[in-house]
Amino acid sequence: MVEFSLWDIVSNLLLAARWTIVLSLIAFVGGGFVGVALLIARTTHSRSLQYAVALYVQVFQGTPLLMQLFLAYFGMAILGVETSAWTAAAVSLTLYSSAFLTEIWHGCVKSIGKGQWEAAQSLALNFWEQLRYVIFPQAARIAVAPTVGFLVQVVKGTALASVIGFVELTKAGTMITNATFKPFVVYSCVAVMYFLICYPISLYARSLEGKFYVQR
Amino acid sequence: MSNANSFAPAAVAISGLRKSFGINEVLKGIDLNVQPGEVIAIIGKSGSGKSTLLRCINGLETFQHGRLTVQGHALDYSDPSAMRALRQQVGMIFQSFNLFPHLTVGKNIQLAPGLVKQLSVTETETKARQLLARVGLSEKYDAFPDQLSGGQQQRVAIARALAMSPGILLCDEITSALDPELVGEVLAVVESLAKEGMTLLMVTHEMNFARKVSNRVIFMHQGLVHEQGTPDMLFTNPKTPELQQFLSSLH
Repeated sequence: MVEFSLWDIVSNLLLAARWTIVLSLIAFVGGGFVGVALLIARTTHSRSLQYAVALYVQVFQGTPLLMQLFLAYFGMAILGVETSAWTAAAVSLTLYSSAFLTEIWHGCVKSIGKGQWEAAQSLALNFWEQLRYVIFPQAARIAVAPTVGFLVQVVKGTALASVIGFVELTKAGTMITNATFKPFVVYSCVAVMYFLICYPISLYARSLEGKFYVQR
Repeated sequence: MSNANSFAPAAVAISGLRKSFGINEVLKGIDLNVQPGEVIAIIGKSGSGKSTLLRCINGLETFQHGRLTVQGHALDYSDPSAMRALRQQVGMIFQSFNLFPHLTVGKNIQLAPGLVKQLSVTETETKARQLLARVGLSEKYDAFPDQLSGGQQQRVAIARALAMSPGILLCDEITSALDPELVGEVLAVVESLAKEGMTLLMVTHEMNFARKVSNRVIFMHQGLVHEQGTPDMLFTNPKTPELQQFLSSLH
Protein backbone atom coordinates (compact mmCIF):
# COMPACT_ATOMS: atom_id res chain seq x y z
CA MET A 1 0.00 0.00 0.00
CA VAL A 2 1.22 3.48 -0.87
CA GLU A 3 2.07 5.71 2.11
CA PHE A 4 0.94 9.36 1.94
CA SER A 5 2.96 11.97 3.77
CA LEU A 6 1.32 14.99 5.35
CA TRP A 7 2.88 17.10 2.60
CA ASP A 8 1.14 14.96 -0.05
CA ILE A 9 -2.17 15.68 1.62
CA VAL A 10 -1.54 19.39 2.14
CA SER A 11 -0.15 20.03 -1.33
CA ASN A 12 -3.15 18.39 -2.98
CA LEU A 13 -5.53 20.31 -0.76
CA LEU A 14 -3.74 23.55 -1.61
CA LEU A 15 -4.23 22.86 -5.30
CA ALA A 16 -7.94 22.30 -4.67
CA ALA A 17 -8.15 25.41 -2.46
CA ARG A 18 -7.46 27.50 -5.56
CA TRP A 19 -10.82 26.42 -6.90
CA THR A 20 -12.54 27.35 -3.67
CA ILE A 21 -11.07 30.82 -4.00
CA VAL A 22 -11.90 31.12 -7.70
CA LEU A 23 -15.48 29.96 -7.16
CA SER A 24 -15.85 32.36 -4.21
CA LEU A 25 -14.62 35.26 -6.31
CA ILE A 26 -16.92 34.41 -9.20
CA ALA A 27 -19.89 34.13 -6.85
CA PHE A 28 -18.98 37.32 -5.06
CA VAL A 29 -18.26 39.46 -8.12
CA GLY A 30 -21.14 37.99 -10.14
CA GLY A 31 -23.43 38.29 -7.14
CA GLY A 32 -22.28 41.88 -6.75
CA PHE A 33 -23.26 42.81 -10.30
CA VAL A 34 -26.62 41.07 -10.12
CA GLY A 35 -27.08 42.50 -6.63
CA VAL A 36 -26.58 46.08 -7.83
CA ALA A 37 -29.06 45.57 -10.66
CA LEU A 38 -31.61 44.16 -8.20
CA LEU A 39 -30.91 46.99 -5.78
CA ILE A 40 -31.62 49.60 -8.45
CA ALA A 41 -34.81 47.78 -9.42
CA ARG A 42 -35.85 47.74 -5.78
CA THR A 43 -35.04 51.40 -5.24
CA THR A 44 -37.16 52.62 -8.16
CA HIS A 45 -40.69 53.76 -7.48
CA SER A 46 -42.17 50.86 -9.44
CA ARG A 47 -44.19 48.69 -7.07
CA SER A 48 -44.09 45.61 -9.30
CA LEU A 49 -40.29 45.74 -9.53
CA GLN A 50 -40.02 46.15 -5.77
CA TYR A 51 -42.22 43.11 -5.17
CA ALA A 52 -40.40 41.04 -7.79
CA VAL A 53 -37.04 41.69 -6.13
CA ALA A 54 -38.45 41.08 -2.65
CA LEU A 55 -39.81 37.73 -3.84
CA TYR A 56 -36.47 36.82 -5.43
CA VAL A 57 -34.67 37.59 -2.19
CA GLN A 58 -37.17 35.58 -0.14
CA VAL A 59 -36.86 32.55 -2.42
CA PHE A 60 -33.08 32.46 -2.17
CA GLN A 61 -32.97 33.25 1.53
CA GLY A 62 -35.76 30.81 2.33
CA THR A 63 -34.36 27.71 0.65
CA PRO A 64 -31.12 25.84 1.45
CA LEU A 65 -28.18 26.62 -0.79
CA LEU A 66 -27.82 22.85 -1.22
CA MET A 67 -31.27 22.66 -2.86
CA GLN A 68 -30.38 25.59 -5.10
CA LEU A 69 -27.25 23.75 -6.23
CA PHE A 70 -29.20 20.55 -6.92
CA LEU A 71 -31.86 22.44 -8.81
CA ALA A 72 -29.30 24.29 -10.88
CA TYR A 73 -27.35 21.13 -11.65
CA PHE A 74 -30.17 18.68 -12.32
CA GLY A 75 -32.87 21.18 -13.27
CA MET A 76 -30.90 22.78 -16.05
CA ALA A 77 -30.13 19.33 -17.44
CA ILE A 78 -33.86 18.55 -17.58
CA LEU A 79 -34.41 21.78 -19.47
CA GLY A 80 -31.96 20.47 -22.03
CA VAL A 81 -29.07 22.74 -21.07
CA GLU A 82 -25.87 20.78 -20.70
CA THR A 83 -24.44 21.90 -17.36
CA SER A 84 -21.07 21.12 -15.91
CA ALA A 85 -20.60 21.14 -12.15
CA TRP A 86 -18.63 24.34 -12.76
CA THR A 87 -21.44 26.31 -14.36
CA ALA A 88 -24.08 24.97 -12.01
CA ALA A 89 -21.99 25.92 -8.97
CA ALA A 90 -21.05 29.32 -10.37
CA VAL A 91 -24.63 30.17 -11.38
CA SER A 92 -26.31 29.09 -8.17
CA LEU A 93 -23.70 30.70 -5.90
CA THR A 94 -23.94 33.91 -7.92
CA LEU A 95 -27.71 34.02 -7.55
CA TYR A 96 -27.48 33.11 -3.87
CA SER A 97 -24.93 35.90 -3.23
CA SER A 98 -26.91 38.42 -5.23
CA ALA A 99 -29.99 37.84 -3.06
CA PHE A 100 -28.08 38.39 0.16
CA LEU A 101 -26.01 41.29 -1.13
CA THR A 102 -29.03 43.13 -2.47
CA GLU A 103 -30.71 42.69 0.90
CA ILE A 104 -27.67 44.02 2.77
CA TRP A 105 -27.31 46.98 0.42
CA HIS A 106 -31.00 47.74 0.43
CA GLY A 107 -30.77 48.12 4.19
CA CYS A 108 -27.88 50.54 3.72
CA VAL A 109 -29.80 52.61 1.15
CA LYS A 110 -32.81 52.65 3.48
CA SER A 111 -30.68 54.04 6.26
CA ILE A 112 -29.90 57.19 4.25
CA GLY A 113 -32.28 59.88 5.46
CA LYS A 114 -35.24 61.01 3.42
CA GLY A 115 -33.82 64.53 3.54
CA GLN A 116 -30.93 63.51 1.28
CA TRP A 117 -33.34 62.33 -1.41
CA GLU A 118 -35.42 65.46 -1.04
CA ALA A 119 -32.42 67.76 -1.25
CA ALA A 120 -31.24 65.98 -4.39
CA GLN A 121 -34.72 66.16 -5.92
CA SER A 122 -35.04 69.84 -5.08
CA LEU A 123 -31.79 70.46 -6.94
CA ALA A 124 -33.43 68.96 -10.05
CA LEU A 125 -31.28 65.84 -10.13
CA ASN A 126 -33.01 62.97 -11.90
CA PHE A 127 -33.43 59.55 -10.34
CA TRP A 128 -30.10 58.20 -11.66
CA GLU A 129 -28.19 61.23 -10.54
CA GLN A 130 -29.79 61.04 -7.10
CA LEU A 131 -28.64 57.43 -6.77
CA ARG A 132 -25.26 57.83 -8.36
CA TYR A 133 -24.05 61.03 -6.71
CA VAL A 134 -25.98 61.34 -3.46
CA ILE A 135 -27.40 58.06 -2.17
CA PHE A 136 -24.99 55.32 -3.29
CA PRO A 137 -21.78 57.03 -2.16
CA GLN A 138 -23.23 57.39 1.33
CA ALA A 139 -24.76 53.92 1.40
CA ALA A 140 -21.48 52.40 0.16
CA ARG A 141 -19.64 53.64 3.22
CA ILE A 142 -22.05 51.84 5.49
CA ALA A 143 -22.13 48.78 3.26
CA VAL A 144 -18.41 48.03 3.12
CA ALA A 145 -18.08 46.18 6.42
CA PRO A 146 -21.18 43.92 6.17
CA THR A 147 -20.37 43.21 2.52
CA VAL A 148 -16.86 42.01 3.28
CA GLY A 149 -18.32 40.04 6.19
CA PHE A 150 -20.71 38.30 3.80
CA LEU A 151 -17.75 37.19 1.68
CA VAL A 152 -16.92 34.78 4.51
CA GLN A 153 -20.36 33.19 4.10
CA VAL A 154 -19.75 32.80 0.38
CA VAL A 155 -16.38 31.09 0.91
CA LYS A 156 -17.95 28.59 3.29
CA GLY A 157 -20.94 28.20 0.98
CA THR A 158 -18.70 26.96 -1.81
CA ALA A 159 -18.11 23.79 0.24
CA LEU A 160 -21.60 22.68 -0.77
CA ALA A 161 -20.58 22.64 -4.42
CA SER A 162 -18.75 19.40 -3.56
CA VAL A 163 -22.06 17.51 -3.57
CA ILE A 164 -22.57 18.09 -7.29
CA GLY A 165 -19.07 16.88 -7.98
CA PHE A 166 -17.23 20.16 -8.22
CA VAL A 167 -13.69 19.55 -7.02
CA GLU A 168 -12.87 22.29 -4.57
CA LEU A 169 -11.40 22.09 -1.10
CA THR A 170 -14.08 19.93 0.55
CA LYS A 171 -14.46 17.55 -2.39
CA ALA A 172 -10.68 17.16 -2.61
CA GLY A 173 -10.67 16.38 1.11
CA THR A 174 -13.21 13.61 0.59
CA MET A 175 -11.25 12.17 -2.33
CA ILE A 176 -7.97 12.23 -0.42
CA THR A 177 -9.64 10.59 2.59
CA ASN A 178 -10.84 7.79 0.34
CA ALA A 179 -7.26 7.21 -0.76
CA THR A 180 -5.45 7.67 2.54
CA PHE A 181 -7.99 6.44 5.11
CA LYS A 182 -6.96 9.32 7.37
CA PRO A 183 -10.21 11.33 7.66
CA PHE A 184 -9.26 13.17 10.83
CA VAL A 185 -5.94 14.41 9.51
CA VAL A 186 -7.36 15.35 6.12
CA TYR A 187 -10.48 17.15 7.36
CA SER A 188 -8.42 18.97 9.98
CA CYS A 189 -6.24 20.27 7.19
CA VAL A 190 -9.34 21.24 5.21
CA ALA A 191 -10.77 23.11 8.19
CA VAL A 192 -7.49 24.92 8.78
CA MET A 193 -7.43 26.05 5.17
CA TYR A 194 -10.96 27.42 5.30
CA PHE A 195 -9.97 29.21 8.46
CA LEU A 196 -6.88 30.66 6.84
CA ILE A 197 -9.00 32.00 3.99
CA CYS A 198 -11.85 33.32 6.13
CA TYR A 199 -10.12 34.71 9.18
CA PRO A 200 -8.18 37.47 7.41
CA ILE A 201 -11.40 38.51 5.67
CA SER A 202 -13.19 38.72 9.02
CA LEU A 203 -10.35 40.76 10.48
CA TYR A 204 -10.45 43.06 7.49
CA ALA A 205 -14.21 43.49 7.81
CA ARG A 206 -13.83 44.36 11.46
CA SER A 207 -11.10 46.92 10.78
CA LEU A 208 -13.28 48.52 8.09
CA GLU A 209 -16.17 48.70 10.53
CA GLY A 210 -13.99 50.60 12.97
CA LYS A 211 -12.71 52.92 10.27
CA PHE A 212 -16.11 53.86 8.90
CA TYR A 213 -17.66 54.10 12.33
CA VAL A 214 -15.20 56.82 13.27
CA GLN A 215 -15.89 58.73 10.07
CA ARG A 216 -19.58 58.87 10.75
CA MET B 1 -47.58 94.21 -4.05
CA SER B 2 -48.81 95.97 -7.11
CA ASN B 3 -45.56 96.74 -8.88
CA ALA B 4 -45.58 93.42 -10.74
CA ASN B 5 -45.79 93.50 -14.50
CA SER B 6 -49.29 92.39 -15.39
CA PHE B 7 -48.06 90.57 -18.50
CA ALA B 8 -45.57 88.41 -16.64
CA PRO B 9 -47.03 85.12 -15.45
CA ALA B 10 -47.38 84.70 -11.73
CA ALA B 11 -44.30 83.17 -10.13
CA VAL B 12 -46.57 80.62 -8.52
CA ALA B 13 -50.28 80.20 -9.13
CA ILE B 14 -52.24 77.73 -7.07
CA SER B 15 -55.95 77.09 -7.39
CA GLY B 16 -58.21 74.65 -5.61
CA LEU B 17 -55.28 72.60 -4.34
CA ARG B 18 -56.27 69.63 -2.20
CA LYS B 19 -53.91 67.14 -0.65
CA SER B 20 -54.59 64.14 1.56
CA PHE B 21 -52.37 61.74 3.42
CA GLY B 22 -54.58 58.66 3.36
CA ILE B 23 -57.96 59.75 4.68
CA ASN B 24 -56.50 62.79 6.39
CA GLU B 25 -56.98 65.86 4.22
CA VAL B 26 -54.25 68.37 5.08
CA LEU B 27 -54.83 70.95 2.33
CA LYS B 28 -58.48 71.64 1.68
CA GLY B 29 -58.53 73.88 -1.34
CA ILE B 30 -55.73 76.41 -1.44
CA ASP B 31 -55.85 79.41 -3.77
CA LEU B 32 -52.74 81.50 -3.92
CA ASN B 33 -51.01 83.71 -6.44
CA VAL B 34 -47.46 84.83 -5.94
CA GLN B 35 -46.06 87.66 -8.07
CA PRO B 36 -42.40 87.71 -9.09
CA GLY B 37 -40.34 89.43 -6.42
CA GLU B 38 -42.93 88.96 -3.74
CA VAL B 39 -41.79 87.86 -0.29
CA ILE B 40 -44.39 85.76 1.45
CA ALA B 41 -44.32 84.50 5.00
CA ILE B 42 -46.56 81.57 5.80
CA ILE B 43 -47.47 81.26 9.45
CA GLY B 44 -49.77 79.01 11.41
CA LYS B 45 -49.90 76.26 13.98
CA SER B 46 -48.07 72.99 13.32
CA GLY B 47 -50.35 70.69 11.41
CA SER B 48 -52.03 73.55 9.60
CA GLY B 49 -50.49 72.38 6.31
CA LYS B 50 -47.97 75.14 5.73
CA SER B 51 -44.95 72.90 5.11
CA THR B 52 -47.02 70.58 2.95
CA LEU B 53 -48.14 73.50 0.82
CA LEU B 54 -44.54 74.58 0.35
CA ARG B 55 -43.49 71.05 -0.57
CA CYS B 56 -46.24 70.81 -3.17
CA ILE B 57 -44.75 73.75 -5.05
CA ASN B 58 -41.59 71.87 -6.07
CA GLY B 59 -43.25 68.49 -6.27
CA LEU B 60 -41.85 66.87 -3.14
CA GLU B 61 -45.46 66.13 -2.26
CA THR B 62 -48.08 65.09 -4.76
CA PHE B 63 -51.55 66.56 -4.54
CA GLN B 64 -54.83 65.01 -5.60
CA HIS B 65 -56.89 67.96 -6.81
CA GLY B 66 -56.32 71.42 -8.10
CA ARG B 67 -53.80 73.15 -10.27
CA LEU B 68 -50.36 74.52 -9.60
CA THR B 69 -48.29 76.45 -12.10
CA VAL B 70 -44.80 77.83 -11.69
CA GLN B 71 -43.95 80.71 -14.03
CA GLY B 72 -46.83 79.66 -16.23
CA HIS B 73 -45.85 75.99 -16.49
CA ALA B 74 -48.20 73.49 -14.90
CA LEU B 75 -46.67 71.02 -12.50
CA ASP B 76 -46.88 67.51 -13.92
CA TYR B 77 -45.38 64.62 -11.95
CA SER B 78 -45.69 62.20 -14.84
CA ASP B 79 -43.29 64.20 -16.99
CA PRO B 80 -39.73 63.92 -15.60
CA SER B 81 -38.27 66.51 -17.96
CA ALA B 82 -40.95 69.04 -17.04
CA MET B 83 -40.27 68.36 -13.35
CA ARG B 84 -36.56 68.84 -13.96
CA ALA B 85 -37.22 72.19 -15.63
CA LEU B 86 -39.56 73.25 -12.85
CA ARG B 87 -37.17 72.32 -10.06
CA GLN B 88 -34.40 74.34 -11.66
CA GLN B 89 -36.63 77.36 -11.14
CA VAL B 90 -37.63 76.50 -7.60
CA GLY B 91 -34.94 76.20 -4.97
CA MET B 92 -35.66 74.78 -1.55
CA ILE B 93 -34.00 75.12 1.82
CA PHE B 94 -34.84 72.71 4.60
CA GLN B 95 -35.11 72.86 8.35
CA SER B 96 -32.44 70.15 8.69
CA PHE B 97 -30.08 71.64 6.02
CA ASN B 98 -29.69 68.30 4.19
CA LEU B 99 -26.22 69.02 2.91
CA PHE B 100 -24.55 66.02 1.31
CA PRO B 101 -22.21 64.82 4.07
CA HIS B 102 -19.87 62.93 1.76
CA LEU B 103 -19.03 66.01 -0.31
CA THR B 104 -17.10 69.15 0.57
CA VAL B 105 -18.92 72.45 0.79
CA GLY B 106 -17.61 73.38 -2.66
CA LYS B 107 -18.75 70.09 -4.20
CA ASN B 108 -22.14 70.38 -2.53
CA ILE B 109 -22.68 73.64 -4.37
CA GLN B 110 -21.16 72.48 -7.66
CA LEU B 111 -22.96 69.15 -7.97
CA ALA B 112 -26.32 70.19 -9.38
CA PRO B 113 -25.14 72.95 -11.78
CA GLY B 114 -22.58 70.53 -13.20
CA LEU B 115 -25.08 67.72 -13.70
CA VAL B 116 -28.28 69.52 -14.55
CA LYS B 117 -27.08 72.66 -16.28
CA GLN B 118 -23.98 70.89 -17.59
CA LEU B 119 -21.70 73.77 -16.74
CA SER B 120 -17.96 73.17 -16.81
CA VAL B 121 -16.02 72.60 -13.59
CA THR B 122 -14.36 76.03 -13.94
CA GLU B 123 -17.75 77.71 -14.25
CA THR B 124 -19.29 75.86 -11.32
CA GLU B 125 -16.24 76.48 -9.18
CA THR B 126 -16.22 80.20 -9.86
CA LYS B 127 -19.90 80.36 -9.08
CA ALA B 128 -19.53 78.27 -5.91
CA ARG B 129 -16.79 80.57 -4.63
CA GLN B 130 -18.86 83.67 -5.43
CA LEU B 131 -21.87 82.29 -3.61
CA LEU B 132 -19.83 81.23 -0.60
CA ALA B 133 -18.42 84.74 -0.39
CA ARG B 134 -21.93 86.07 -0.59
CA VAL B 135 -23.06 84.03 2.42
CA GLY B 136 -19.83 84.91 4.24
CA LEU B 137 -18.16 81.50 4.11
CA SER B 138 -15.36 81.91 1.54
CA GLU B 139 -12.83 80.06 3.67
CA LYS B 140 -15.05 76.98 4.01
CA TYR B 141 -14.84 75.86 0.39
CA ASP B 142 -12.90 72.68 1.22
CA ALA B 143 -14.58 71.92 4.55
CA PHE B 144 -16.99 69.05 5.04
CA PRO B 145 -20.50 69.79 6.32
CA ASP B 146 -19.93 68.12 9.69
CA GLN B 147 -17.10 70.57 10.38
CA LEU B 148 -19.52 73.50 10.25
CA SER B 149 -21.95 74.93 12.76
CA GLY B 150 -25.67 74.70 12.07
CA GLY B 151 -25.84 78.30 10.96
CA GLN B 152 -22.92 77.82 8.60
CA GLN B 153 -24.45 74.64 7.19
CA GLN B 154 -27.70 76.44 6.52
CA ARG B 155 -25.87 79.25 4.75
CA VAL B 156 -24.12 76.66 2.58
CA ALA B 157 -27.53 75.16 1.84
CA ILE B 158 -28.71 78.58 0.69
CA ALA B 159 -25.64 78.95 -1.53
CA ARG B 160 -26.28 75.47 -2.94
CA ALA B 161 -29.86 76.38 -3.82
CA LEU B 162 -28.77 79.70 -5.36
CA ALA B 163 -26.19 77.92 -7.55
CA MET B 164 -29.07 76.73 -9.73
CA SER B 165 -30.12 80.37 -10.25
CA PRO B 166 -33.72 79.71 -9.23
CA GLY B 167 -36.42 82.32 -9.71
CA ILE B 168 -38.22 81.22 -6.56
CA LEU B 169 -36.88 80.10 -3.23
CA LEU B 170 -38.84 78.02 -0.74
CA CYS B 171 -37.70 78.16 2.88
CA ASP B 172 -39.15 75.52 5.15
CA GLU B 173 -38.63 76.62 8.77
CA ILE B 174 -34.99 77.16 7.99
CA THR B 175 -34.05 78.48 11.42
CA SER B 176 -36.05 76.06 13.56
CA ALA B 177 -33.16 73.61 14.03
CA LEU B 178 -30.66 76.32 14.92
CA ASP B 179 -29.37 77.51 18.26
CA PRO B 180 -30.81 80.95 18.98
CA GLU B 181 -27.47 82.73 18.55
CA LEU B 182 -27.11 81.31 15.02
CA VAL B 183 -30.53 82.36 13.74
CA GLY B 184 -29.47 85.91 12.95
CA GLU B 185 -26.70 85.03 10.47
CA VAL B 186 -29.10 82.90 8.40
CA LEU B 187 -31.92 85.43 8.45
CA ALA B 188 -29.49 88.16 7.36
CA VAL B 189 -28.75 86.18 4.20
CA VAL B 190 -32.46 85.65 3.52
CA GLU B 191 -33.14 89.32 4.07
CA SER B 192 -30.47 90.31 1.56
CA LEU B 193 -32.05 87.93 -0.97
CA ALA B 194 -35.43 89.54 -0.39
CA LYS B 195 -33.93 92.98 -0.98
CA GLU B 196 -32.45 91.81 -4.26
CA GLY B 197 -35.88 90.87 -5.53
CA MET B 198 -35.85 87.10 -5.11
CA THR B 199 -39.32 85.59 -4.95
CA LEU B 200 -39.47 84.01 -1.52
CA LEU B 201 -41.99 81.78 0.15
CA MET B 202 -41.06 81.00 3.69
CA VAL B 203 -42.70 79.00 6.39
CA THR B 204 -41.44 80.57 9.56
CA HIS B 205 -41.92 80.91 13.29
CA GLU B 206 -39.81 84.05 13.40
CA MET B 207 -42.65 86.57 13.56
CA ASN B 208 -40.42 89.58 13.88
CA PHE B 209 -38.52 88.54 10.81
CA ALA B 210 -41.74 87.84 8.89
CA ARG B 211 -42.99 91.26 9.80
CA LYS B 212 -39.80 92.99 8.82
CA VAL B 213 -39.07 91.28 5.52
CA SER B 214 -42.27 90.03 3.95
CA ASN B 215 -44.69 91.87 1.65
CA ARG B 216 -47.52 89.54 2.52
CA VAL B 217 -48.27 87.23 5.39
CA ILE B 218 -50.46 84.18 5.00
CA PHE B 219 -52.05 82.62 8.03
CA MET B 220 -52.96 79.00 7.51
CA HIS B 221 -55.46 77.20 9.66
CA GLN B 222 -56.78 73.66 9.25
CA GLY B 223 -55.60 73.28 5.68
CA LEU B 224 -56.88 76.59 4.37
CA VAL B 225 -55.58 80.11 3.88
CA HIS B 226 -57.48 81.58 6.76
CA GLU B 227 -56.35 85.17 6.60
CA GLN B 228 -53.82 87.09 4.55
CA GLY B 229 -52.57 90.59 4.06
CA THR B 230 -49.65 92.92 4.67
CA PRO B 231 -47.61 92.22 7.80
CA ASP B 232 -48.94 95.35 9.46
CA MET B 233 -52.54 94.37 8.82
CA LEU B 234 -52.13 90.86 10.13
CA PHE B 235 -49.96 91.48 13.12
CA THR B 236 -51.51 94.69 14.43
CA ASN B 237 -55.07 94.11 13.38
CA PRO B 238 -55.87 90.40 13.06
CA LYS B 239 -59.46 89.92 11.98
CA THR B 240 -60.23 86.29 12.66
CA PRO B 241 -60.37 84.89 16.18
CA GLU B 242 -58.07 82.02 15.12
CA LEU B 243 -55.28 84.40 14.11
CA GLN B 244 -55.80 86.48 17.24
CA GLN B 245 -55.49 83.35 19.31
CA PHE B 246 -52.43 82.17 17.37
CA LEU B 247 -50.65 85.49 17.78
CA SER B 248 -51.44 85.77 21.46
CA SER B 249 -50.22 82.22 22.03
CA LEU B 250 -46.78 83.31 20.84
CA HIS B 251 -46.30 85.74 23.67
